[in-house]
Amino acid sequence: MPSSVMPTSNSGDGRPSPTAVSTVGLRKSYGDRTVLDGIDLRIPAGSVFALLGPNGAGKTTVVKILSTLITADGGQAQVAGHDVAADPQSVRAAIGVTGQFSAVDGLITGEENMLLMADLHHLSKSEGRRVTAELLEQFDLTDAAGKPAQSYSGGMKRRLDIAMTLVGNPRIIFLDEPTTGLDPRSRHNMWQIIRELVADGVTVFLTTQYLEEADELADRIAVLNDGRIAAEGTAEELKRQIPGGHVRLRFTDPSAYRSAAAELGEVTRDDEALALQIPSDGSQRALRAVLDRLDSAAIEADELTVHTPDLDDVFFALTGGTGVPDQPKETVR
Amino acid sequence: MSSLSLAVRDSATMLRRNLLHARRYPSLTLNLLLTPVMLLLLFVYIFGDVMSAGIGDGGADRSEYLAYLVPGILLLTIGGTTIGSAVSVSMDMTEGIIARFRTMAIHRGSVLIGHVVGSVLQCVMSVVLVGAVAVAIGFRATDATAAEWVLAVGLLTLVSLALTWIAVGMGLSSPNAEAASNNAMPLMVLPLLSSAFVPVDAMPGWFQPVAEYQPFTPAIETLRGLLLGSEIGHNGWLAVVWCLGLAALGYFWSKSLYDRDPK
Repeated sequence: MPSSVMPTSNSGDGRPSPTAVSTVGLRKSYGDRTVLDGIDLRIPAGSVFALLGPNGAGKTTVVKILSTLITADGGQAQVAGHDVAADPQSVRAAIGVTGQFSAVDGLITGEENMLLMADLHHLSKSEGRRVTAELLEQFDLTDAAGKPAQSYSGGMKRRLDIAMTLVGNPRIIFLDEPTTGLDPRSRHNMWQIIRELVADGVTVFLTTQYLEEADELADRIAVLNDGRIAAEGTAEELKRQIPGGHVRLRFTDPSAYRSAAAELGEVTRDDEALALQIPSDGSQRALRAVLDRLDSAAIEADELTVHTPDLDDVFFALTGGTGVPDQPKETVR
Repeated sequence: MSSLSLAVRDSATMLRRNLLHARRYPSLTLNLLLTPVMLLLLFVYIFGDVMSAGIGDGGADRSEYLAYLVPGILLLTIGGTTIGSAVSVSMDMTEGIIARFRTMAIHRGSVLIGHVVGSVLQCVMSVVLVGAVAVAIGFRATDATAAEWVLAVGLLTLVSLALTWIAVGMGLSSPNAEAASNNAMPLMVLPLLSSAFVPVDAMPGWFQPVAEYQPFTPAIETLRGLLLGSEIGHNGWLAVVWCLGLAALGYFWSKSLYDRDPK
């Protein structure tokens, strides 16, 4: 594998561009439904970029457009220095794609899938066999190589999928929800695989629903909501915008619930569940403050849970949605 | 690599993939062979005595009816086999691997060409198998010259190619395998409504145009002429025009369906 790759722009002045993927005002709609409403992105070569968003936010549509699977209705997109609309074949030569749904041929074996990729990348017979054996080994699929891919488990299929994507040594890899539906162990294996790719200088564009995953892997994160980029930045920058951390107290006794609500003051009440949410950064000191006030009023909660910011909070914070503790506040650091 | 050699190389790779599927899961292809073989045996051994009265000037026997029937059965075999192609194309399109192919720098048409060449090979193989059954029960075409044999094989291949492109379009336009199988049914029904089993002029007058103006009748009459020496007349060029027209129609239809953005 090449140790470090910087796609260079073939167009215009021929000056090398450090940008792997860029889009300007990307738009796509299906009938009346606008899926992407003007997406601007710039992803430096050799970095990991995470597109974070809930189901239906348009993440997959972005990947499909950038990987030349579908065409955008408006805007521009360049991948590896080539326009996706004007020169899709050059884009295809530079990228590898692992979609959300398994892109393996289930009727043939894992090894045959790999050799198929080698043939389509026009590798020689011996080179194809070498790369196949190497990648099967690397992805721990050597034992299952002779079995039909449809008999593989979800994690194995995903590993085979990525191994197939790597056959042509792509410089830019798109991973659409690479860990959705995987068990925790497989998920951590996948993270390890992605880190190794990055260490080899590959640019990784991944989509995920999990803040934790973006946090773990990405240099930069963009939050996609309703077809627009709601926020973009490093994990730290994003977290600073999220006021979603809170302590949740649940009661069974309605009178205890009411007096706790009165005692704590600045809370969000959930009268049906008899639960209170107190904004909190989850630190020991903040927790003790809450408990001290409850103790001094001789109130006992039946359940106490600490919530750290999660994707829900990001969205509620960034979109001003309902059902969350108030509006974004300055986070005390 | 030039675009032609790229096209050839990628199409050959896709063909290998399709043949691998066919070899590993032969049940679909073999099931489709059952219908023509059953019809052959049914019409020769069960209905043969009655049917033979309807051909020629009467007084023909069962072996003459067998000779009359086999060319139609061979073309019906092709129709049936291409239904399998429609089903496998539509199944293939629901597979994620097709999305992968679309994002790779390969010849765009290779996926379809691989299917078409694979299907034509399967058609030829099916015709050989059904033909072998026909020979086993007494069919002989010993009067045909070498040139006529070559032309007969060429005609069968051309019909296979034409029907396959149509079947590929049907497969691409169908949302799932069941729909593909239903949509491709005309490929099996049309030969039943042709001169495969009885001569067109023995049919009711109102129905004769249906049997006359469809691709199977001229193809069957041409094959009869080549193998058995009956009159070909204008059926020869009619068959060729039908095949070229259907192949071109199927090709452009399939291409435009494949070039659409996938859902």
